[in-house]
Amino acid sequence: MDDLIAEFLTETNESLEELDVDLVRLEQDPNDKELLSKIFRVIHTVKGTCGFIGLSRLESVAHKAEDVLGLFRDGALEVTPEYVSLIFESLDRIKYIVGEIEATGEEPKGDDSELINKLASVLEDGGVKTTTNEELAAAFAIPDLNEDNDDDIIQEPVKKTEAAGSAEPQKARESAIANQSLRVNVEVLENLMTLVSELVLTRNQLLQIMRSSNDDSFTAPLQRLNHVVSDLQEGVMKTRMQPVGNAWSKLPRIIRDICNELNKKIDLDMKGQDTELDRQVLELIKDPLTHMVRNSADHGIESPAERAAAGKPETGHIRLNSYHEGGHIIIEIADDGRGLSTQKIKDKVLNNKLATEEEIENLSDQQLQQFIFKPGFSTAETITSVSGRGVGMDVVRTNIEKIGGSIDLKSVEGQGTTIQIKIPLTLAIVSALIVESGNERFAIPQLAVKELVMTSIDGENRIETIKGTPVFRLRDTLLPLVSLQELLKIITPHSPSASADNEKSKEPTNNYNGKYIVVTQVGSYMFGVIVDKVFDTEEIVVKPVANMLRNIDMFSGNTILGDGTVIMILDPAGIAKSTGDIDMAERNDNDAAQRAENRAQEKTSLLLFKAGAGAPKAVPLELVSRLEEIRSADVEYANDKMVVQYRGNLMPLLAYDSFITFENVAMRPVLVFSDGNKSMGLVVDSIIDITEHHLDIKITSANDKMLGSAIIHGKTTDIVNVSYFLQHIDSGWYNSRAKKTLNSNGHIDDTKRVLLVEDSPFFRNMLTPLLKVAGYDVTTTGSAAEALELCDQEHQFDIILSDIEMPEMSGIEFAEELRRQDKWQNIPLVALSSHTSQHDVNKGIQAGFHSYIAKFDRDSLLDTLSETFSEARKDYGEAL
Amino acid sequence: MSIMTPTPANDIQDTLNGLLSSELSTDYLTIHIADQIFGIPVLQVQDVLGEQKVTKIPLAPPAVAGALNLRGRIVTAIDVRCRLGLPPAETRTQNMSVVVEHDGELYSLIIDRVGDVIGLNNDAYESNPATLDPVWREISAGIYRLDKKLLVVLDVPMLLNGVSGS
Repeated sequence: MDDLIAEFLTETNESLEELDVDLVRLEQDPNDKELLSKIFRVIHTVKGTCGFIGLSRLESVAHKAEDVLGLFRDGALEVTPEYVSLIFESLDRIKYIVGEIEATGEEPKGDDSELINKLASVLEDGGVKTTTNEELAAAFAIPDLNEDNDDDIIQEPVKKTEAAGSAEPQKARESAIANQSLRVNVEVLENLMTLVSELVLTRNQLLQIMRSSNDDSFTAPLQRLNHVVSDLQEGVMKTRMQPVGNAWSKLPRIIRDICNELNKKIDLDMKGQDTELDRQVLELIKDPLTHMVRNSADHGIESPAERAAAGKPETGHIRLNSYHEGGHIIIEIADDGRGLSTQKIKDKVLNNKLATEEEIENLSDQQLQQFIFKPGFSTAETITSVSGRGVGMDVVRTNIEKIGGSIDLKSVEGQGTTIQIKIPLTLAIVSALIVESGNERFAIPQLAVKELVMTSIDGENRIETIKGTPVFRLRDTLLPLVSLQELLKIITPHSPSASADNEKSKEPTNNYNGKYIVVTQVGSYMFGVIVDKVFDTEEIVVKPVANMLRNIDMFSGNTILGDGTVIMILDPAGIAKSTGDIDMAERNDNDAAQRAENRAQEKTSLLLFKAGAGAPKAVPLELVSRLEEIRSADVEYANDKMVVQYRGNLMPLLAYDSFITFENVAMRPVLVFSDGNKSMGLVVDSIIDITEHHLDIKITSANDKMLGSAIIHGKTTDIVNVSYFLQHIDSGWYNSRAKKTLNSNGHIDDTKRVLLVEDSPFFRNMLTPLLKVAGYDVTTTGSAAEALELCDQEHQFDIILSDIEMPEMSGIEFAEELRRQDKWQNIPLVALSSHTSQHDVNKGIQAGFHSYIAKFDRDSLLDTLSETFSEARKDYGEAL
Repeated sequence: MSIMTPTPANDIQDTLNGLLSSELSTDYLTIHIADQIFGIPVLQVQDVLGEQKVTKIPLAPPAVAGALNLRGRIVTAIDVRCRLGLPPAETRTQNMSVVVEHDGELYSLIIDRVGDVIGLNNDAYESNPATLDPVWREISAGIYRLDKKLLVVLDVPMLLNGVSGS
């Protein structure tokens, strides 16, 4: 292709993109003279250059469009939406022709007379007789020169070009621009980046050598080199940076078209267009962004009538925002449309057989919403020309995850949807953590690493196992773990043999002693990677792996470290995919509103196991303090009862039923229940799994061993009555009062609803299972404010337990607040506190508490509860 | 670089032959694996390396020995013995490798020993015998009859393409 034409195409494409934004703005403010002049100039330049390089078809279209714009600019004609549409049509035609020229090197054949006639008729409306091109050009050229003398320098030479028809002024114009900016081929920049990357690597190597060498004569120059290379790296990165607005420039036009086609009213707000990011990243997010904005406009925003009916303003808003946040760029797309319909998603999920009805029943709204990221999922009922073409959110997510980003979705039905995209600033150089596993070193991108934990054989940082699967208690969550060595199937001479020998299982956690857990997050899925050693972090240049290794999901690339060795870069997303389900945004329930909504379906962690005949059994995980495997040889008999020496004490063992014995087996799994220094072990057949499930007991049981049966994962499961076994071992464990409340178990009608307001997660976790076991339906909130929200939402409770010392609103203030309003005025209020002096008690009673209990006194807590309820019943009876 | 078979005289003769009838001969780098001589068209060879520090790649196909750093480029090392279905060498005195380029990527073929560059006359070329081991037939682009031994021409693209499958 002719150099001149190539240059023309690049320039025209850029100008046309800018025009899209300008025209939409023009429609909003038709009297903006400055804008009109700008648009006119661009079209004018296109026309002028076309004539100059002999693109006649393009010229004729541009010419007529220019004429019409000229009328607008001079105020001879009012700008109406129809006229803007016509200009858009002309621009589209110009774009089409330019596109064809780019592809084939020639103007496409075709007839534009219809469009030109339309434009001509506009000219007539404006009182301009359609004359020959030459006459028109002459007519417009003269006022132009007079009017725009003080305007941008670009304009004048172009006009001269037209007049003189020589190449000289054209060059002059270019040099004028060249003073501030320079057009460089992207390839040159890419090359430069590669070279800088190599330089960074070489510098790292030099630094490494210096560290181990005693010769300090190089120290100073090397320091200097170090700084220069860092600056150079930054500088070259900057050349690749582009404002994110470049990827947005098409959006106003898209929204406008959608509005016209679907008769909607939508305002597009764009903030943070100047936020810069790597052009490689920008290219990759352009399409997903367009897709999502289109989705918001098409599916999200309702028609004006629907909006009015829902009590919203007729004009919908789509807000785009972008900003930097610690090495990431965040892009938010928010609309105030109809939000995602949970029901529609459910139907679609069932229709496409993506999940069964039981599975769906147990999902929170947020988990349901994650389904829109599944392939082939679109909730739009009809396919419009705008969206619903089958390229769904799954592609969007894949594209974003490909560049190490993540996507997060929040949607409230009827109120709108917010999508947040988090992407790394650049793909070229990343910071990585170097770890070792099985004597091999690997790099993990620092962005995915949340924290590091060193494990020990016992104590708090202990790795525990469930049926050989390692897990770790990270503060108040159970973190699934994967061993990197096992995942990558690295066999070392020292690695334990796969055969399950008894010595090993006696101390199941022994193998993990002194290892490290790299807590990793992919999307909202958190997991831990067990590694042998952790070294420092290093800046690495990600290089793609060889073709024959592309199919290994575990690696995202490889690189050369400072010491010159090649190292593989682990792909956290790949690891997550191979180990778990990353679709579940389980730990995202921070939103208080969301939590209140999900309250009815609050889940309990359950330990599933097999014991005896019949259905699988389950106990709430919180009640189990430990899982052990006890060797048959270690079981002793005292007073005809099974006991085992456990942590320097004797622990009584009880089989779930008499068929479970230690005969003929090497060992049995045992659930250990502890209370203070008392422990007991429940011997079972095998441990199945740990699951999160809403504990809803469907059938209550006549059997004392069970509280009842519930459906868990589609299977009938018996919920074991732990207290039965505890009593069996030691009659003093629970007194008879507790037993009575326990037997009124399950979710039957007279279940008392308890609201526990407690800021400390520790006490929440301690008291909730205790109360649940005692047969109460427990709801917890972390603050008084959250409790008052529940009150506003008309939730009802039979009793409220509240902590006194809480941040923001204390228990005393909370009680006073409750007495002031009427909804919860009559609910008995019990104070929980670690201070129980008479003064405190009086203060509490004054504020409106009925009674005052010490936090650690569980017996008096349960007594107070049952007393309060019996009193309440009596009061109720008297009132009748 | 010393060579046990063929004798230097033969080499010179071959080279001379190659020079005399250049349009009828091709230059090969000879390599030795187990008892077999192989030839790689010399124009495909980028580099010959001695013992290198190789990083193992977990989960990679068995014939991939790992990755190494060649002047700032990452090169995938291929264990040719493994690819040919041969047992690992009993005594690995020196691990040599030949670096080739394929599809824009560099590969280092780990072999027992590198021989010389010889020009081979096209008269001595034969296509693969039909009875050749299937794996070998896949990677062999033909046979040259040398004085006392046979030289198998390594088909480098086929050798590399088969790595992921084998």
